[in-house]
Amino acid sequence: MSRRWILWTPLVVFGLILMLVLWGMNRERDDFVRSQLIGDQVPAFDLPPAVAGKPGLSSADLAEGTPRLVNFFGSWCIPCRAEAPQLEALAEAGVPIDGIALRDEPAKVAQFLDQYGDPFQRIGADRDGRLQVLFGASGVPETYLVGSDGTILAQHIGDIRAEDVPGLIRAWKAAP
Amino acid sequence: MIAEAGLAALWLAAALALLQTLAGFGGLGDRLAPLTGALRGIAAAQGLLSLTAFLLLIWLFARTDLSVLLVATNSHVDKPMLYKIAGTWGNHEGSMLLWVTVLALTGGLIALMERKLDARSFAATLGAQGVIALGFYAFLLFSSNPFARLSPPAAMGQGLNPLLQDPGLAFHPPTLYIGYVGLSVAFSFAVGAMLTGKAGPAFARAMRPWVLISWIFLTLGITAGSYWAYYELGWGGWWFWDPVENASLMPWLAATALLHSVSVLAARDALRAWTIMLALTGFAMSMIGTFLVRSGILTSVHAFAVDPERGTFILVLLALYIGGALTLFATRIGSVRQGAPFHLFSREGGLVANNILLSSILAIVLIGTLYPLIAEGLFDEQLSVGPPYFNKTTMPVTLVLMLFLAAGPLLRWRRDGSGSLPRKLLLPAGASVVALVLLMLFAPDAGLLPLLGLIFAAGLAIASLVPLWGRNLLRTPLPIYGMVLAHLGVAVAAAGMASESGFTQERLQAVRYGEEVEVGGWTVQLLGLDPVAGPNWTAIEARVLARKGEGEWILRPQSRNYPSPPMQTNEAALLSRWNGQLYATLGTQDQQSRWQLRLWWKPFVSLIWLGGILIALGGSLALLGRLWRGFRARYTKRVQEGFA
Repeated sequence: MSRRWILWTPLVVFGLILMLVLWGMNRERDDFVRSQLIGDQVPAFDLPPAVAGKPGLSSADLAEGTPRLVNFFGSWCIPCRAEAPQLEALAEAGVPIDGIALRDEPAKVAQFLDQYGDPFQRIGADRDGRLQVLFGASGVPETYLVGSDGTILAQHIGDIRAEDVPGLIRAWKAAP
Repeated sequence: MIAEAGLAALWLAAALALLQTLAGFGGLGDRLAPLTGALRGIAAAQGLLSLTAFLLLIWLFARTDLSVLLVATNSHVDKPMLYKIAGTWGNHEGSMLLWVTVLALTGGLIALMERKLDARSFAATLGAQGVIALGFYAFLLFSSNPFARLSPPAAMGQGLNPLLQDPGLAFHPPTLYIGYVGLSVAFSFAVGAMLTGKAGPAFARAMRPWVLISWIFLTLGITAGSYWAYYELGWGGWWFWDPVENASLMPWLAATALLHSVSVLAARDALRAWTIMLALTGFAMSMIGTFLVRSGILTSVHAFAVDPERGTFILVLLALYIGGALTLFATRIGSVRQGAPFHLFSREGGLVANNILLSSILAIVLIGTLYPLIAEGLFDEQLSVGPPYFNKTTMPVTLVLMLFLAAGPLLRWRRDGSGSLPRKLLLPAGASVVALVLLMLFAPDAGLLPLLGLIFAAGLAIASLVPLWGRNLLRTPLPIYGMVLAHLGVAVAAAGMASESGFTQERLQAVRYGEEVEVGGWTVQLLGLDPVAGPNWTAIEARVLARKGEGEWILRPQSRNYPSPPMQTNEAALLSRWNGQLYATLGTQDQQSRWQLRLWWKPFVSLIWLGGILIALGGSLALLGRLWRGFRARYTKRVQEGFA
């Protein structure tokens, strides 16, 4: 009888492996990549409106007391179209989102918003892409979580996918 | 209509799998016993139906039927025919269908061919096969339907990942799948043996050909996969310890151990429980491998589409099958009578050592593969485990394994009291010493591991031939030749690996036209660049002149662009000489309009794959020998009965 327990060890080891991969499948993938600017104040800027009828965006708007997302996009950018429904969903969940339209023209931005939805409270026009560089953004689309005092808390590189939305909402809720 | 017919065939096959399960396990009791008589027919029909479904899917791909979702997302009207057809299994759904088709065909083959097992074990084995197939049918029908329609149909199709557009793809996955499925057969046999309590030599002999087939195909699949990675990825390496590679290595390690222990069981009726355990482990490893690859929980260079639902499905199957079998093992293995005893210093003892060492390597690879998950779970740390860990841990064990491999086949069964081992090992030891002296003279600064690897390989190469010593070569059974060849293959592959890791020379240089680069005794010169166009790609092709002594060769590495899906690949150019390969890839152009050339001189690198092929060839000889012996025995018996 003393050797009986040995016969159960394979099953126990297998069970442990199973638990491990089960956890591995359900863990949250954190797509926020720490960038140089995280923890810093947003760079000072004041962008003119990108479309008629919507205010532009300045660094002061980002430090007015609520955490918010800042989304870099362009009407010419294909992944931005794919991302639009997720931004819409975030806005519906109550997350304030500001946009920065990169190297774009008002008419085209308006058409883009018409076609793919407009989740933005303010949209600034970054005509030459200077602000994109100041933010340390690597491409379009890219989204930043900015705290209520204007501190950059997190950066999401690439388009926001449906599976990223819950994590972003959680991060926004937890933001100071 | 074709797609609907395929789907119908799949459903019917699933129904037959259910019937096969009931009839098979019913054979253990009395109530369903009448069904058992029909078992052979059911299993054969299931095989045919799933083959039909698979052929219909190939047909859909061949005619690029864009009203089928799978075809539209994985094929393209402009693709060459070979890749249209290979595209059938170059995706999740198709490859799963291939998996289950091979499984069902194997079940059919067992049903038609198997005569060694007693009726109850036979029925239980086919029952277990039915359960496995049923799970995969459910997976296909409920979460991965390959025949789903797309409405409206697509115009062109999205194409196939260009990295996969390679003749290698046509053969690599099917080869590995036959290997995986062969292990599922061994698993079914083991489950059958546990249910009936009959785990003696008859069980081992019935299982052995399937283990051999599986092992041969796994060997070939891994060898081919390694070569594919070597020339297609353009990184100059032949093994990256990537999770997906490990996923194919682990079943192979288990199958290698199983192959040896099943021989002990067949010849000496020893190692019963251990053989069953290895049979379960082998299939567990192929399922875990499939799961790791498909679920995307580990980061890998093999970018498969990640789908949590599918991952969960495979995980549930994994838990049911392996968990169930291991529970059966824990509760039933006590009723399996212990096998024959043996002395440690014997052929059995050598094989046990082989088994322990192979299992250790398996454990090392499994832990290394899962460690990133463990680290993240327990210590909240993101890390990846790379070649340094795997090389450092597996190499010493492998070297010890090579020692046992050299000595084991020279020992006698049961107890070797002859004391002849030292005499038999004299010549191999001599070969090792010669290798050591030569290396000291000509390559004193190769690292320790490559040095040891080459010395051990030289000894093993000679030792592997010793079993033929003093035998009548014409009357030596084929399985002995098989063993000799396979062991020689291990030595050859090990020599290649050691030489590649010890003596490879690499140069990365940006060059202008006419500029010369030296690497490993070669003078390499970029002559010019040409645009070239293939069936569905365009490329910049470099003309590279390689000179050594009097000889001159032109190499043409390419930088390829595929429009659908848009992707750039590097096609390496290889120049094979008797003593190594010159490997060239073309990089990008820099701002001073120089071109990046990456060059490697890899001495004796081809031995790695030659060794792999020898190993597989050895396995094939053994298989042929076994089948021939079985056939002859049956035939002789029939003739004798005819006379009686």
